Amino acid sequence: MSTSDYDPACLPDLLPLYYRRLFPFSQYYRWLSYGGVSKNYFQNREYQSFTTQNELEKEMQKMVPYKIDIGAVYSHRPSQHNAVKSGTFQALEKELVFDIDMTDYDDVRRCCSAADICSKCWTLMTIAIRILDRALREDFGFHHLLWVYSGRRGVHCWVCDDAARKLSVAARSAVAEYLSLVKGGEETVRKVVLSDPIHPFINHSLSVVERYFQQYAIVDQDILGSKEIKFHNSLEGSSVSYDLHFSCVSVKSNSKKGGQYFDKEIMLQYCYPRLDVNVSKGVNHLLKSPFSVHPKTGRISVPIDLKELDTFDPFEVPTISLICEELEKPRAEEAEEDDMKDKENEQEAGERRRIRDYKRTSLAKYVKVFDRFLEAMARSRKGEMLKKSDLQKDF
Amino acid sequence: MQFPGRRKKLIGSSQNDLYDHCLQFYGQPPLENISLTEFETFAVERLKLLKTVENLGVSCVKNSEQYTKKLDAEISKFFFNKEDGISEYEKRRKDHISHFILRLAYCQTEDLRRWFIQQEMDLFRYRFNDLHSKHKTDFLHKNNLKYETVSAEEKKSLQDKLIASSYGLSGTKVEEHDVYKVPFQDALDLVRTRKVYLLAGNAYIPHHEIVTIVLNDFRTRLSKALAMTARSLPAVQSDERLQPLLSHLSHAYVGQDYSIQKNIGKISLEQIDALSGKSFPLCMRHLHKALRENHHLRHGGRMQYGLFLKGIGLSLEQALQFWRSEFVKGKVDADKFDKAYAYSVRHMFGKEGKRTDYTPYSCMKVILSNPPSQGDYHGCPFRHSDPELLKQKLQNYKVSPSGINQILELVKGMHYQLACQKYFELTHNVEDAGFSLNHPNQYFTESQKLLSGGRDIKKEVDMSQRSQENPASVTRPSQANSKQAHEEMGDLDSFFQDE
Repeated sequence: MSTSDYDPACLPDLLPLYYRRLFPFSQYYRWLSYGGVSKNYFQNREYQSFTTQNELEKEMQKMVPYKIDIGAVYSHRPSQHNAVKSGTFQALEKELVFDIDMTDYDDVRRCCSAADICSKCWTLMTIAIRILDRALREDFGFHHLLWVYSGRRGVHCWVCDDAARKLSVAARSAVAEYLSLVKGGEETVRKVVLSDPIHPFINHSLSVVERYFQQYAIVDQDILGSKEIKFHNSLEGSSVSYDLHFSCVSVKSNSKKGGQYFDKEIMLQYCYPRLDVNVSKGVNHLLKSPFSVHPKTGRISVPIDLKELDTFDPFEVPTISLICEELEKPRAEEAEEDDMKDKENEQEAGERRRIRDYKRTSLAKYVKVFDRFLEAMARSRKGEMLKKSDLQKDF
Repeated sequence: MQFPGRRKKLIGSSQNDLYDHCLQFYGQPPLENISLTEFETFAVERLKLLKTVENLGVSCVKNSEQYTKKLDAEISKFFFNKEDGISEYEKRRKDHISHFILRLAYCQTEDLRRWFIQQEMDLFRYRFNDLHSKHKTDFLHKNNLKYETVSAEEKKSLQDKLIASSYGLSGTKVEEHDVYKVPFQDALDLVRTRKVYLLAGNAYIPHHEIVTIVLNDFRTRLSKALAMTARSLPAVQSDERLQPLLSHLSHAYVGQDYSIQKNIGKISLEQIDALSGKSFPLCMRHLHKALRENHHLRHGGRMQYGLFLKGIGLSLEQALQFWRSEFVKGKVDADKFDKAYAYSVRHMFGKEGKRTDYTPYSCMKVILSNPPSQGDYHGCPFRHSDPELLKQKLQNYKVSPSGINQILELVKGMHYQLACQKYFELTHNVEDAGFSLNHPNQYFTESQKLLSGGRDIKKEVDMSQRSQENPASVTRPSQANSKQAHEEMGDLDSFFQDE
């Protein structure tokens, strides 16, 4: 399944098919209704609302959104930017979100740059997901995290707990800053500075980095082979090497500058997640919705199964062309079943067909991941409601 | 906001319910009748307390032994009732009512609000830290800060992590002192800078930091309340009984008013020049010099200086002679003086017009009212002079460079009276003025006392004890740059916390 199968020019033709037969509306609607996105919607600058999944479906099928960003839904295509009316969802409460973008690591990856990614640098995303997922769950006590592949060069995290949705801007920014270790732009050579005492969060993060460091940095990125390890210049007369026996970086330095944690700082500077605080801070910030189609690559923004994280391959993620192709290959037995059940119940048929439809494509396993996530949220909401009603009974 | 004097009487049995803890956030205003006397007394006494808090806050390391002792003494004074005993209820009532009265006086401008909030916070911090840990938790719960303390077992299991996350924590401290579990949303400053241990959405806060969280809450609430109070102020100010009291409070001088002249005639005119260099505060020295040089002073200067001279003991005849002799050297001839200026001198002594015996201006009055303009020499030099000019003047008066720096730092921090006090200490060559400067005449009196060796025995003992303590004591501000020391001390606070 190479991306050469996908041609952006085909997108206008593929999209209607995608929304008619593949997009997982029932799950999506469920997610929207748990999430703080109010089911209010503007089109043609008129305020409309829909309360059922059917309405959501009809609207989206009518609009055929080219891009769906939560916070806004656009129906226009780039060439018709001014001519087409746009619709928007407005979020009243909003999930806590994180956006990790591979371009933010350009100064420390040698294999690719800008929008390109490859299997060598994808490990950075794996590391980022592991570190942030642990911290958000264990340190902050969040439970409902949805990690989504952006479709091109990064990943997003949606924290959907009630508590997360109610966070103020100050709180979101505090969480994002707690999670930030790599600071500084072009001018800053030494981007990670550690001092005593080392906070437990940093230690946890380091142990994740250490697991991947040898393969990723020493082998795949070959950082020691590069004469471009810029920040070592801040420590003149030092040499950096990697101890294979102990699996750790070792720094031999003549001067006292640079401190005692230089080895750890190096590992973190190469591998620690770089997130954009502004994305997390802003309640109005837009983030690409799960199951939207990336216009440049054609890939679907699919949820990532953390149980299979180490084997996740962004290049295996289905493109819209692929799944539309897969749609065209009916299987014999299924076709008969279709006909029978269609006659029984016309209305449900459409729905069932759609369920069967995506199940026939490579999209299926990703929808399952989404299902499991939604199940977990549903269970915990039931639990909350039971708790509440118990309390009321006690009264 | 409800104002005293307009509400129903309090029902007796709810006395205990009303004040169920010795500390409070002052959420609810008092709802009872009180007499105007009590109104004024309570307010003035609390003001004295807050001024002490301010003073100690700048001159001592917070939570040092000296600070604690002095503040303790002042608090006891505040709660002391001259009758046999004062009940806990009475104490809490006084605390409650006096706070609310001062809100009325201090809500009007940004500066006043800031000052009030700062001192109330410092006072609260001190009193909160003084509580037993059980009472601390009690207080938190009663005020909807549902923070639990962490059990001993949990503390032990998390000990290393706690030490690695919080500044100033050691193994013993974790064992001996409480650690609170606070939802992370209530501790954002600590979370943002990663200065606290987080687990399952809770921040584990050592007890010396919990007060910071509580104080943030206190500050927010008080800030909002003051803004609201300011809005309802017009209604209060329309009450003629309260208006004069309230407007005086914010400019309040709470000490001797030097209106009763002592030592009349004990000062001769010839002595004034010498005295101005030795015992006058800078403002009066400045005014005297200007008078001598220009043979004239404008109205503001005449009032400020003239009343001061009255306060140090000049008689009316002496005053008339003094002013006339000076003005005549200038552009004013004797006749004109008698016609125009003599009247106002007599006025000052209460011999004309309303026959009000004017009282010499307090520091507060000089600092806050009637700022000088071009051609004026009155006001407070620490407040009204350009720092460069002030520096030059102090250099001319042979104040040491380090002393000048200390003074300038205090000026920068807007502690004008403390700056003057520092000037006193430097020109009299003492470590500690031994008094809290509030009034120019007080400066004069204290100076004279010092110079004539008339310090009473208690103070002498204090002085010698102090000079023995000095080598061992930690960072006394008089030895270091005052403001910097204050800032550094802020960081070192936690080190002193548990000593």
